[in-house]
Amino acid sequence: MSLELVLQYLVAGLTYGTIYAVVGVGFNIIYNATGIINFAQGEFVMLGGMTAVTLHGLVPLPLAIAGAVLVTMAVGALIEVSFIRWLRKPSVLRMVVITIGISIVLREGALALWGESVRALPYFTGDEVTSISFAGVHVSPQVLWSLGTCLAIVGFLRIFFQHTSMGRQMRACAANRDAAALCGVPTRNLVTLSFVLSAGIGALAGCVTSPITYTSYGIGSGLAIKGFTVAILGGLGNGTAAVAAGFLVGVLEAASVSLLPAAYKDAVSVALLLTILFFRPSGIFGSGEVERLRAH
Amino acid sequence: MKKLLLLSAFLGLTAAAPASAAGEPIKIGALLAVTGPASFLGAPEARTLALLVEQQNAKGGIDGHPIQLLVKDTGGSPEKAVSFAKQLIDEEQVFAIIGPATSGETMQVKAIAEGGRTILISCAAAELIVNPVAPHVFNVAPKDRYAAEMIFQRMKKMGIRKIGLLSSNTGFGKAGKEQVEKAAPAAGVQIVANEVYDKAATDLTAEVTKLKAAGVEAIVNWSIEPAQAIVIKNARQIGLRVPIFQSSGFANIQYARTAGAAAEGVMFPASRIVVADALPAKHPQKPVVSGYKQAYEAKYKEDVSTFGGHAWDAFQILARAVKEAGLDRAKARAAIENMKGYVGTAGVFNYSPADHNGLTIDAFAMLTVKGGKFVILPE
Repeated sequence: MSLELVLQYLVAGLTYGTIYAVVGVGFNIIYNATGIINFAQGEFVMLGGMTAVTLHGLVPLPLAIAGAVLVTMAVGALIEVSFIRWLRKPSVLRMVVITIGISIVLREGALALWGESVRALPYFTGDEVTSISFAGVHVSPQVLWSLGTCLAIVGFLRIFFQHTSMGRQMRACAANRDAAALCGVPTRNLVTLSFVLSAGIGALAGCVTSPITYTSYGIGSGLAIKGFTVAILGGLGNGTAAVAAGFLVGVLEAASVSLLPAAYKDAVSVALLLTILFFRPSGIFGSGEVERLRAH
Repeated sequence: MKKLLLLSAFLGLTAAAPASAAGEPIKIGALLAVTGPASFLGAPEARTLALLVEQQNAKGGIDGHPIQLLVKDTGGSPEKAVSFAKQLIDEEQVFAIIGPATSGETMQVKAIAEGGRTILISCAAAELIVNPVAPHVFNVAPKDRYAAEMIFQRMKKMGIRKIGLLSSNTGFGKAGKEQVEKAAPAAGVQIVANEVYDKAATDLTAEVTKLKAAGVEAIVNWSIEPAQAIVIKNARQIGLRVPIFQSSGFANIQYARTAGAAAEGVMFPASRIVVADALPAKHPQKPVVSGYKQAYEAKYKEDVSTFGGHAWDAFQILARAVKEAGLDRAKARAAIENMKGYVGTAGVFNYSPADHNGLTIDAFAMLTVKGGKFVILPE
């Protein structure tokens, strides 16, 4: 196989990878603040894309995206306030059931509101056939947009969680909610904030990937599965690792297409997930130490 | 509530219609993928049926029998189609079923309809639906075999010898893939890459890269999902500029719109309904396609597709059979089987005991996308 083709497969892998990564990152934020997996994460991505498409009929693209992110953030806050906030010491299982329930409500609501048709935002730069060529490799500018957005999100989160007081409070809240509360951390508000943040990031991801993948009311669950895989692979709670895992899965899928019939693409990522869970249950980049500390 | 509405509509109609309308109501079931990946098929079909039932009931129903339509949304899932089919046949005891919209679902429901002795008029295209013939199962979409043959005729003219075949892992995709594989050797065409992708695929860059590596001279894609639009976009983005052929599943203008600039020049076989305006006035299908187009577009403010047309044909064929045979299932079935010369949106139907599809390859015209619109491809 020529180098050109290898690079072209790599580009395909990065395209899949960015989509998986941005969804995976959203899982991590809520996990970091609450220790739960929000199964409605894929629906945030869907809501962002759909709202942006609707708004784009009225206002220019950047405003439509900003509006969609704000609307989805508001939905995230509303969900937390109405379903999660008033629970005292909810068990993990209960939270899982609640978030799955929310995802179904959001999906059916979107079906009632927008109907079944498939929509997409226009390409941010150029159109459907535009591609940037470099040494015989072609890449759609939209892939670069989502790649850039993905990296910007990760950078922002890293600074937020490591270097701001609020981010540190959120991590404290995840490590031990009671102890954090005793130290004066407003744990309840931080949980709300984590939903708002992850809804916003999901919505932004939904907007930048919408020209590539298209948006319809039902895309949430499929995205959530891939995003969840990636979040687990990287090690839950670690945003940068989720992105790395996203690219890894994407590139492996593309490589599998080049060698095997394309139908095995999804089998490859699932096989990878199972292998990792077997040998490294805390993820490729996760450390067992952290997990044990968390459990105590 | 729904029952109340139906009842009040029924009472209102019987009061307004002439005395002969006091007939026994006829229950028609519909199994359609109104939502899910095949919703570009099922949704216009369900809308078309709603429109037809409204029109027909305003005239007092079929031959005085008011119509009660029960639409079940299968979401495109064969499992759901099976359970809804059983429900419609055993519990609701419908007179006939229109649908399913997809070949995969129809193949699962075929035996159930036959076992329940209920007329099933499928809106899907796989040849397997009517071959072998099941006495109660008919379809109204031109067969995938004709679509494949038509594509190869065009390739012959263009001198194409090496193609890449892509298909989705659905009943429609699999059946179409077989037809293309079967017809290729006779047409002197070699399939140098043959890939199946998931129906929910969101990006197919790696798949088209594989076709590029194989040095294909044209791409044939067989699917009904939004992936149809994704394939052509990704092919153009990686700089693969060979001609692209799609199946008859491309005949909803929404697909061309979602693919935008990438859809330009895509070729596909489809029935003439999607180019109704371009048909010459003396074409036999002109009155029926224009009539349907006007009624549908006025009511729903969206373009007609061949799929909505299939529901139109299925309903009209059933209505014609009921007018002829009354509410007797066996007689109505025989009436469809012997129906000749029904001019529908998909073509002129001539059914026979051996042919439950009734159409010929002439039902298709080769179309292309030009300036974001479907037009007939010049010879």
